Amino acid sequence: MLAALIIVFREVFEAGLIVGIVLAVTGSVPHRNRWIGGGVLAGALAACIVAAFAGALSQLFAGMGQELFNAAILAVAVTMLTWHNVWMARHGREIAGEMRAVGQAVADGTKPLLALAVVVGVAVLREGSEVALFLYGVAASDGGSALSLALGGIIGLGLGGAVCLLTYFGLMRIPPRALFATTTVLITLLAAGMAAQAVAFLERANWLTRLDTVAWDTGWLLSEKSIAGRAMHTLIGYTDQPTEMQLLVYLGVLVVTVMLMRLTAPEQNARAAATG
Amino acid sequence: MAITMRKLILAALCAIAVLPISPSQAQQATEVQVTYSKGQFQPNELRAPADKPITVRVKNLDAKAMEFESKSLRVEKVVAANSEGVINVRALKPGRYEFYDDFNEKARGALVVQ
Repeated sequence: MLAALIIVFREVFEAGLIVGIVLAVTGSVPHRNRWIGGGVLAGALAACIVAAFAGALSQLFAGMGQELFNAAILAVAVTMLTWHNVWMARHGREIAGEMRAVGQAVADGTKPLLALAVVVGVAVLREGSEVALFLYGVAASDGGSALSLALGGIIGLGLGGAVCLLTYFGLMRIPPRALFATTTVLITLLAAGMAAQAVAFLERANWLTRLDTVAWDTGWLLSEKSIAGRAMHTLIGYTDQPTEMQLLVYLGVLVVTVMLMRLTAPEQNARAAATG
Repeated sequence: MAITMRKLILAALCAIAVLPISPSQAQQATEVQVTYSKGQFQPNELRAPADKPITVRVKNLDAKAMEFESKSLRVEKVVAANSEGVINVRALKPGRYEFYDDFNEKARGALVVQ
């Protein structure tokens, strides 16, 4: 039972962190629970479908279907997170400052909500498909051990949910003014980390072979497999043996995000000056 | 200021456009096979030559999914029940690289590179 609990918790933990952050980011947006909940449900459903067809999926692209699928959905999440940051740089402060009519803010607010719902869906899909595969195996095995394994799995799921709530309430303790800056940084690092993960999948699929030398190994300091390592892996994309290409792409996403956010800022200032 | 930003973005986009994405590897990979059944790797010791890319083909004969994982090989791959997974490994230095089933850590094995 304990083994099942740990396996399920490990996977749900990462999705829980991401959902918690997204909940905090969207703290004041109306109807956000519907969107985020929808993202979680859609992700869970998709995870079951992916798990059911895992065998077929992995046969695609000369056995590299799983890797390429993961890289593709990570790329979608990176795009959505970056777009969200850029959008918020332009409109976020206006909405927060109630400079716009509430109705307009709600209509605009659904755009980043959709992006974040996709991010949540992708996170749940990625982590959930492994849980679903593992639990399918449990269901296939016979007798009393299956029941105790399933119980362990359910407790693991519950603990993952608790991580999500802890993340959310932890972030909500930050004063609203600082929260915006904090979540912007969190989302930027999240996106960079996911991009580096996508690179790792492309490298495993042999689609990306340039600069694939491991730059350093910090496994002695913080193992990627420990709980702290996993948390850092999800939050900032920590990898104990990053390749040069991973580092390059990680930094690239950070630079591009900052540049895009800066580019949208002058427009906002100009408009604020015009209306003010 | 804005102009330099645009130039930088343009430069970044160009850099992304020329990223070398190649679906095939230059060197011929050595293929090794391992079977997973009744919660055990068979054989639990694989051999492969050094300094050449390796392809590990994992056949999972069990009714449960397994996850082939190795820290030193930097791989992790879920192999569904009754199916087969292919894992690409870069050219390695001689040594012993341990692997295990992440869903059942009692199942262990090693890839010996010479």
